[in-house]
Amino acid sequence: MGEPILRVSNLQKWFGDHHVLKGIDFSVEAGERVAIIGGSGSGKSTFLRCLNFMEVPTSGAVALDGKEIGRPHGKDGGRRYPESELCAVRERVGMVFQQFNLFPHMTVLENAMEGLVTVKSMKRDVARDKAAKELEKVGLSDKLGAYPGRLSGGQQQRVAIARALAMEPEILLFDEPTSSLDPELVGEVLTVIRQLAEEGRTMLLVTHELGFAYHFATKVIFLADGVFHEIGTPDEVLKNPRQERTRAFLDRFTEFAF
Amino acid sequence: MDYQFDFSLVLQSLPVLLRGLLVTIELWIPSIVIGLSVGFVLALARLSKRPALRVPSLFYIELFRDTPVLIQLIWFFYAFPIMIGVQLSPFTAALLGLALNTSAYAAEIFRGGIQSIALGQWEGARALGMRHAKILRRIILPQVFKRMLPAFTNRAIEVAKMSSLASVLSVHELMYQGRLLSSTYYRPLEILTTVAVIYFVLIYPGTWLSARIEKRLAAKA
Repeated sequence: MGEPILRVSNLQKWFGDHHVLKGIDFSVEAGERVAIIGGSGSGKSTFLRCLNFMEVPTSGAVALDGKEIGRPHGKDGGRRYPESELCAVRERVGMVFQQFNLFPHMTVLENAMEGLVTVKSMKRDVARDKAAKELEKVGLSDKLGAYPGRLSGGQQQRVAIARALAMEPEILLFDEPTSSLDPELVGEVLTVIRQLAEEGRTMLLVTHELGFAYHFATKVIFLADGVFHEIGTPDEVLKNPRQERTRAFLDRFTEFAF
Repeated sequence: MDYQFDFSLVLQSLPVLLRGLLVTIELWIPSIVIGLSVGFVLALARLSKRPALRVPSLFYIELFRDTPVLIQLIWFFYAFPIMIGVQLSPFTAALLGLALNTSAYAAEIFRGGIQSIALGQWEGARALGMRHAKILRRIILPQVFKRMLPAFTNRAIEVAKMSSLASVLSVHELMYQGRLLSSTYYRPLEILTTVAVIYFVLIYPGTWLSARIEKRLAAKA
């Protein structure tokens, strides 16, 4: 029983006067799959984005493999984060975005290679092979030379996943990966994510796809008002929630069930 | 109106006009190259979080954009030497004025272009572990060039025509030769029409090429 791969201590995030994250303590073991659900404005995306420092915590610490990122600064738990250290973290903690964020001036293959060539300084032909392999894994071998603008949303998101996978991250973060997709394209992306789950990857997923969360996650967190309101197994949180607020949130999803 | 056009005069004057054209090109191309390079650096300064970089660049950009180019050229020739004790040749003063003026406009084109690139592009690159300079160079700027090519082309066209102001400093470029010949022969209509045609022939291939490049870049997306 080793150190959790990721640990968060008293994480606080303020945006100006708005207190978004109000002191979160949390840890993730290697191989865990965590689904984070909650209403809009609950802070779930902000929380996820703090884990790879797309947002910098106002105070509190994030530790990777037991080592806290950044250096203490000031008296109230604040920390200083040098850019080089954050870049190193992001090589190990990958992220897939709701809006894909693919590079439109590069082909699918070039997108998947970009991190390898630019950040890991890999030779182009080695990078090309690695990227092609990841793209094959997500089922896009026939689109290597295509530009993102020509692909469907589902295909673009799969490219984004391949791009993140190519970096061989220890942890993968998914920030509402299917929320921008037409419903019929959601399945192809969730299938890829399930494939990754079967490989035993450590993943955190912010999502509204409760059914997928139920089948895919080892742990579900309901975030409300900037704190973890409820946390447990999928059966506990999604089928038998203890908190009234959780129940109320889940009820909204079945309002128009048929 | 009983005006007799005398275009034989035009053929006579062509050698002189073409010599002027050469000088125009010597003003035009370097102005664009220097203007774009300096403009890029200026844009980065303008976008910097550090006031020590941002404020002077803002001042520079507004100074060159909000005052007449003619006065800028005159200033570089007459006032600059007083300040630094070096007399610039008319050509150098004109080149300096055109280049720095262009850099101010180019800076704004770059700045607008960079700011128009969606934040998601920065995030997608940062999430891979890329550093700021790399992101600019590999992800942002290629998209900026493609997006701002029409604006840059516009600027290049303007500079070609602005170069005619150098004639005020007696630089022997195309407009200077044209006006000299016009007054010598009292035939401004024929001479200056020819000058306009020469400017057109100079500038049009550039705009055509730019349109071709735009189309090719658009086809990729």
